[in-house]
Amino acid sequence: MHIPDGFLNAATAATTYVVSAGGVGYSIKETNRKLGDRHVPMMGVMGAFVFAAQMLNFPVIGGTSGHLIGGALAAILLGPWAGTLIMSCVLIVQCLVFQDGGITALGANVFNMGLVACFAGYYLYRAVVSLMGEGRTGTLLGGFVGAWASVFMASIACAIELAVSGRSPLEVALPAMAGVHALIGIGEGLITSAVLAFVAATRADLLELQKV
Amino acid sequence: MKVKWWYVGLLIALGLAVLAPLASSWPDGLERVAEDKGFIEVALEPFFKIIPDYVFPGVHSEALATILAGLLGTLILFGAGYGLGTLLKRRG
Repeated sequence: MHIPDGFLNAATAATTYVVSAGGVGYSIKETNRKLGDRHVPMMGVMGAFVFAAQMLNFPVIGGTSGHLIGGALAAILLGPWAGTLIMSCVLIVQCLVFQDGGITALGANVFNMGLVACFAGYYLYRAVVSLMGEGRTGTLLGGFVGAWASVFMASIACAIELAVSGRSPLEVALPAMAGVHALIGIGEGLITSAVLAFVAATRADLLELQKV
Repeated sequence: MKVKWWYVGLLIALGLAVLAPLASSWPDGLERVAEDKGFIEVALEPFFKIIPDYVFPGVHSEALATILAGLLGTLILFGAGYGLGTLLKRRG
Protein backbone atom coordinates (compact mmCIF):
# COMPACT_ATOMS: atom_id res chain seq x y z
CA MET A 1 0.00 0.00 0.00
CA HIS A 2 3.05 2.25 -0.40
CA ILE A 3 1.91 5.33 -2.33
CA PRO A 4 4.47 6.35 -4.99
CA ASP A 5 5.31 9.91 -6.02
CA GLY A 6 2.72 11.40 -8.36
CA PHE A 7 -0.44 9.86 -6.89
CA LEU A 8 -1.19 12.63 -4.38
CA ASN A 9 -1.79 16.28 -5.11
CA ALA A 10 0.29 18.88 -3.27
CA ALA A 11 -2.39 19.77 -0.73
CA THR A 12 -2.93 16.14 0.32
CA ALA A 13 0.80 15.40 0.45
CA ALA A 14 1.42 18.52 2.56
CA THR A 15 -1.53 17.92 4.91
CA THR A 16 -0.55 14.31 5.60
CA TYR A 17 3.09 15.38 6.13
CA VAL A 18 1.99 17.88 8.80
CA VAL A 19 -0.33 15.41 10.54
CA SER A 20 2.26 12.62 10.46
CA ALA A 21 5.04 14.91 11.68
CA GLY A 22 2.83 15.84 14.63
CA GLY A 23 1.99 12.18 15.27
CA VAL A 24 5.61 11.07 15.12
CA GLY A 25 6.65 13.99 17.34
CA TYR A 26 4.11 12.95 19.94
CA SER A 27 5.21 9.30 19.57
CA ILE A 28 8.77 10.33 20.40
CA LYS A 29 7.51 12.20 23.47
CA GLU A 30 5.39 9.28 24.73
CA THR A 31 8.12 6.73 24.00
CA ASN A 32 10.66 8.90 25.80
CA ARG A 33 8.36 9.02 28.83
CA LYS A 34 7.49 5.31 29.09
CA LEU A 35 10.04 3.12 27.32
CA GLY A 36 12.12 0.89 29.60
CA ASP A 37 15.28 -1.22 29.17
CA ARG A 38 13.29 -4.33 28.32
CA HIS A 39 11.58 -2.62 25.40
CA VAL A 40 14.84 -1.78 23.63
CA PRO A 41 15.56 -5.17 21.99
CA MET A 42 11.86 -5.50 21.08
CA MET A 43 12.13 -2.16 19.23
CA GLY A 44 15.04 -3.58 17.21
CA VAL A 45 13.43 -6.96 16.51
CA MET A 46 10.11 -5.35 15.48
CA GLY A 47 11.87 -3.03 13.02
CA ALA A 48 13.81 -5.96 11.54
CA PHE A 49 10.81 -8.31 11.43
CA VAL A 50 8.39 -5.80 9.91
CA PHE A 51 10.89 -4.82 7.21
CA ALA A 52 11.70 -8.43 6.28
CA ALA A 53 8.08 -9.61 6.42
CA GLN A 54 6.96 -6.71 4.19
CA MET A 55 9.18 -8.10 1.40
CA LEU A 56 7.21 -11.33 1.34
CA ASN A 57 4.23 -10.63 -0.91
CA PHE A 58 1.69 -13.41 -0.86
CA PRO A 59 -0.83 -13.98 -3.70
CA VAL A 60 -4.39 -12.96 -2.85
CA ILE A 61 -6.69 -13.21 -5.87
CA GLY A 62 -6.58 -12.83 -9.64
CA GLY A 63 -3.05 -11.51 -10.09
CA THR A 64 -3.01 -9.40 -6.95
CA SER A 65 -0.67 -9.79 -4.00
CA GLY A 66 -0.46 -8.36 -0.53
CA HIS A 67 2.11 -8.28 2.21
CA LEU A 68 2.14 -7.83 5.96
CA ILE A 69 2.02 -4.20 7.07
CA GLY A 70 2.96 -5.07 10.64
CA GLY A 71 1.55 -1.98 12.34
CA ALA A 72 -0.94 -4.00 14.40
CA LEU A 73 1.72 -6.49 15.49
CA ALA A 74 4.16 -3.75 16.49
CA ALA A 75 1.41 -1.89 18.37
CA ILE A 76 0.17 -5.03 20.16
CA LEU A 77 3.68 -5.91 21.36
CA LEU A 78 5.02 -2.40 22.05
CA GLY A 79 1.98 -0.12 22.30
CA PRO A 80 0.55 2.22 19.65
CA TRP A 81 3.00 5.13 20.07
CA ALA A 82 6.17 3.02 20.05
CA GLY A 83 4.58 0.96 17.24
CA THR A 84 4.04 4.12 15.19
CA LEU A 85 7.68 5.02 15.73
CA ILE A 86 8.89 1.63 14.47
CA MET A 87 6.57 1.77 11.45
CA SER A 88 7.87 5.27 10.67
CA CYS A 89 11.46 3.99 10.75
CA VAL A 90 10.55 1.15 8.38
CA LEU A 91 8.70 3.48 5.98
CA ILE A 92 11.48 6.10 6.00
CA VAL A 93 14.17 3.50 5.21
CA GLN A 94 11.98 1.88 2.52
CA CYS A 95 11.43 5.29 0.94
CA LEU A 96 14.98 6.66 1.14
CA VAL A 97 17.04 3.50 0.55
CA PHE A 98 14.76 1.15 -1.41
CA GLN A 99 12.56 3.62 -3.36
CA ASP A 100 9.41 1.90 -2.08
CA GLY A 101 6.88 4.66 -1.41
CA GLY A 102 7.44 8.14 -2.81
CA ILE A 103 9.31 10.80 -0.89
CA THR A 104 6.43 13.25 -1.44
CA ALA A 105 3.97 10.56 -0.22
CA LEU A 106 5.96 9.69 2.91
CA GLY A 107 3.63 11.69 5.13
CA ALA A 108 0.61 9.83 3.78
CA ASN A 109 2.33 6.45 4.03
CA VAL A 110 3.33 7.12 7.66
CA PHE A 111 -0.23 8.25 8.37
CA ASN A 112 -1.85 5.16 6.77
CA MET A 113 0.54 2.35 7.68
CA GLY A 114 1.91 3.97 10.85
CA LEU A 115 -0.67 5.96 12.79
CA VAL A 116 -3.89 4.47 11.38
CA ALA A 117 -2.66 0.85 11.29
CA CYS A 118 -1.11 0.98 14.78
CA PHE A 119 -4.03 2.68 16.52
CA ALA A 120 -6.78 0.72 14.74
CA GLY A 121 -4.88 -2.53 15.34
CA TYR A 122 -4.09 -1.81 18.97
CA TYR A 123 -7.53 -0.66 20.10
CA LEU A 124 -9.43 -3.39 18.23
CA TYR A 125 -7.06 -5.91 19.83
CA ARG A 126 -7.71 -4.40 23.27
CA ALA A 127 -11.47 -4.46 22.66
CA VAL A 128 -11.44 -8.18 21.79
CA VAL A 129 -9.15 -9.02 24.73
CA SER A 130 -11.44 -7.16 27.13
CA LEU A 131 -14.41 -9.17 25.82
CA MET A 132 -12.69 -12.56 25.61
CA GLY A 133 -10.25 -12.29 28.51
CA GLU A 134 -6.45 -12.17 28.62
CA GLY A 135 -6.03 -15.87 27.79
CA ARG A 136 -4.66 -17.46 24.66
CA THR A 137 -7.97 -17.34 22.76
CA GLY A 138 -8.48 -13.64 23.46
CA THR A 139 -4.91 -12.79 22.46
CA LEU A 140 -4.97 -14.73 19.20
CA LEU A 141 -8.47 -13.67 18.17
CA GLY A 142 -7.70 -10.07 19.19
CA GLY A 143 -4.52 -10.22 17.12
CA PHE A 144 -6.44 -11.44 14.08
CA VAL A 145 -9.23 -8.87 14.39
CA GLY A 146 -6.87 -6.00 15.18
CA ALA A 147 -4.56 -6.88 12.30
CA TRP A 148 -7.42 -7.26 9.82
CA ALA A 149 -8.87 -3.91 10.90
CA SER A 150 -5.47 -2.22 10.66
CA VAL A 151 -5.19 -3.08 6.95
CA PHE A 152 -8.84 -2.30 6.25
CA MET A 153 -8.68 1.13 7.96
CA ALA A 154 -5.32 1.99 6.35
CA SER A 155 -6.78 1.18 2.91
CA ILE A 156 -9.76 3.46 3.60
CA ALA A 157 -7.41 6.29 4.59
CA CYS A 158 -5.45 5.66 1.38
CA ALA A 159 -8.64 5.67 -0.72
CA ILE A 160 -9.70 9.02 0.77
CA GLU A 161 -6.27 10.52 -0.01
CA LEU A 162 -6.49 9.26 -3.61
CA ALA A 163 -10.01 10.63 -3.99
CA VAL A 164 -9.14 14.03 -2.50
CA SER A 165 -6.16 14.12 -4.88
CA GLY A 166 -8.54 13.67 -7.81
CA ARG A 167 -7.21 10.27 -8.92
CA SER A 168 -10.49 8.40 -8.65
CA PRO A 169 -13.87 9.39 -7.19
CA LEU A 170 -14.40 8.18 -3.62
CA GLU A 171 -17.34 5.98 -4.64
CA VAL A 172 -14.92 4.14 -6.95
CA ALA A 173 -11.68 4.24 -4.95
CA LEU A 174 -13.18 3.36 -1.57
CA PRO A 175 -14.89 0.05 -2.44
CA ALA A 176 -11.96 -0.96 -4.67
CA MET A 177 -9.32 -0.31 -1.99
CA ALA A 178 -11.38 -1.60 0.93
CA GLY A 179 -12.49 -4.68 -1.04
CA VAL A 180 -9.06 -5.94 -2.02
CA HIS A 181 -7.58 -5.04 1.39
CA ALA A 182 -10.36 -6.87 3.22
CA LEU A 183 -8.80 -9.96 1.62
CA ILE A 184 -5.17 -8.94 2.19
CA GLY A 185 -6.16 -8.24 5.82
CA ILE A 186 -6.94 -11.94 6.31
CA GLY A 187 -3.26 -12.66 5.59
CA GLU A 188 -2.26 -9.87 8.00
CA GLY A 189 -4.54 -11.39 10.65
CA LEU A 190 -3.20 -14.92 10.21
CA ILE A 191 0.46 -13.82 10.32
CA THR A 192 -0.12 -11.56 13.34
CA SER A 193 -1.92 -14.33 15.26
CA ALA A 194 0.79 -16.83 14.35
CA VAL A 195 3.53 -14.52 15.65
CA LEU A 196 1.57 -13.86 18.86
CA ALA A 197 1.06 -17.63 19.31
CA PHE A 198 4.80 -18.18 18.83
CA VAL A 199 5.69 -15.47 21.36
CA ALA A 200 3.11 -16.83 23.82
CA ALA A 201 4.55 -20.34 23.49
CA THR A 202 8.22 -19.37 23.76
CA ARG A 203 8.48 -16.12 25.75
CA ALA A 204 5.03 -15.28 27.11
CA ASP A 205 6.58 -12.62 29.38
CA LEU A 206 7.27 -10.49 26.27
CA LEU A 207 3.51 -10.10 25.82
CA GLU A 208 3.40 -8.41 29.23
CA LEU A 209 5.71 -5.50 28.36
CA GLN A 210 4.16 -2.21 29.41
CA LYS A 211 2.44 -0.67 26.36
CA VAL A 212 3.92 2.58 25.16
CA MET B 1 27.02 -17.73 26.81
CA LYS B 2 23.31 -17.38 27.39
CA VAL B 3 21.37 -16.91 24.17
CA LYS B 4 19.24 -13.80 24.47
CA TRP B 5 15.72 -13.97 23.05
CA TRP B 6 16.30 -11.15 20.62
CA TYR B 7 19.22 -12.94 18.91
CA VAL B 8 16.61 -15.50 17.90
CA GLY B 9 14.16 -12.75 16.88
CA LEU B 10 16.76 -11.07 14.67
CA LEU B 11 17.74 -14.42 13.14
CA ILE B 12 14.10 -15.13 12.26
CA ALA B 13 13.84 -11.74 10.56
CA LEU B 14 17.07 -12.36 8.62
CA GLY B 15 15.70 -15.79 7.67
CA LEU B 16 12.58 -14.13 6.24
CA ALA B 17 14.79 -11.77 4.22
CA VAL B 18 16.52 -14.81 2.69
CA LEU B 19 13.10 -16.08 1.54
CA ALA B 20 12.35 -12.76 -0.23
CA PRO B 21 13.04 -14.08 -3.78
CA LEU B 22 10.06 -16.42 -3.30
CA ALA B 23 7.66 -13.50 -2.81
CA SER B 24 4.79 -13.05 -5.26
CA SER B 25 5.65 -10.52 -7.97
CA TRP B 26 2.01 -9.72 -8.67
CA PRO B 27 0.99 -6.07 -8.12
CA ASP B 28 -0.12 -5.27 -4.58
CA GLY B 29 -3.60 -4.05 -3.63
CA LEU B 30 -2.92 -0.36 -4.31
CA GLU B 31 -1.11 -1.04 -7.61
CA ARG B 32 -3.99 -3.27 -8.71
CA VAL B 33 -6.56 -0.56 -7.94
CA ALA B 34 -4.41 2.06 -9.68
CA GLU B 35 -4.23 -0.16 -12.79
CA ASP B 36 -7.93 -1.01 -12.79
CA LYS B 37 -9.05 2.58 -12.21
CA GLY B 38 -6.61 3.98 -14.75
CA PHE B 39 -4.31 6.19 -12.72
CA ILE B 40 -1.19 3.99 -12.44
CA GLU B 41 0.50 6.07 -15.19
CA VAL B 42 0.57 9.21 -13.04
CA ALA B 43 3.15 7.54 -10.77
CA LEU B 44 6.49 9.31 -11.06
CA GLU B 45 9.91 7.70 -11.12
CA PRO B 46 11.73 8.17 -7.79
CA PHE B 47 13.85 11.34 -7.67
CA PHE B 48 16.95 9.26 -6.85
CA LYS B 49 17.74 5.57 -6.62
CA ILE B 50 19.89 3.71 -4.12
CA ILE B 51 18.59 0.10 -3.98
CA PRO B 52 15.42 0.39 -6.08
CA ASP B 53 12.82 -2.39 -5.79
CA TYR B 54 14.86 -4.26 -3.19
CA VAL B 55 17.39 -5.39 -5.80
CA PHE B 56 21.00 -4.73 -4.80
CA PRO B 57 22.66 -3.02 -7.78
CA GLY B 58 25.57 -4.68 -9.59
CA VAL B 59 24.72 -8.26 -8.61
CA HIS B 60 24.06 -10.58 -11.57
CA SER B 61 21.71 -13.02 -9.86
CA GLU B 62 18.44 -11.24 -9.12
CA ALA B 63 17.64 -13.69 -6.32
CA LEU B 64 20.97 -12.98 -4.64
CA ALA B 65 20.54 -9.22 -5.17
CA THR B 66 17.12 -9.41 -3.50
CA ILE B 67 18.48 -11.41 -0.56
CA LEU B 68 21.36 -8.93 -0.10
CA ALA B 69 18.95 -5.98 -0.16
CA GLY B 70 16.68 -7.77 2.31
CA LEU B 71 19.49 -8.63 4.73
CA LEU B 72 20.85 -5.08 4.58
CA GLY B 73 17.44 -3.52 5.19
CA THR B 74 16.68 -5.92 8.04
CA LEU B 75 19.96 -5.03 9.75
CA ILE B 76 19.40 -1.29 9.19
CA LEU B 77 15.94 -1.54 10.78
CA PHE B 78 17.22 -3.60 13.69
CA GLY B 79 19.85 -0.92 14.29
CA ALA B 80 17.33 1.90 13.90
CA GLY B 81 14.82 0.34 16.32
CA TYR B 82 17.43 -0.67 18.89
CA GLY B 83 19.23 2.66 18.59
CA LEU B 84 16.05 4.71 18.88
CA GLY B 85 14.98 2.62 21.87
CA THR B 86 18.33 3.16 23.58
CA LEU B 87 18.13 6.87 22.90
CA LEU B 88 14.58 7.30 24.14
CA LYS B 89 14.34 4.89 27.10
CA ARG B 90 13.87 6.22 30.62
CA ARG B 91 17.11 7.05 32.41
CA GLY B 92 18.07 5.52 35.73
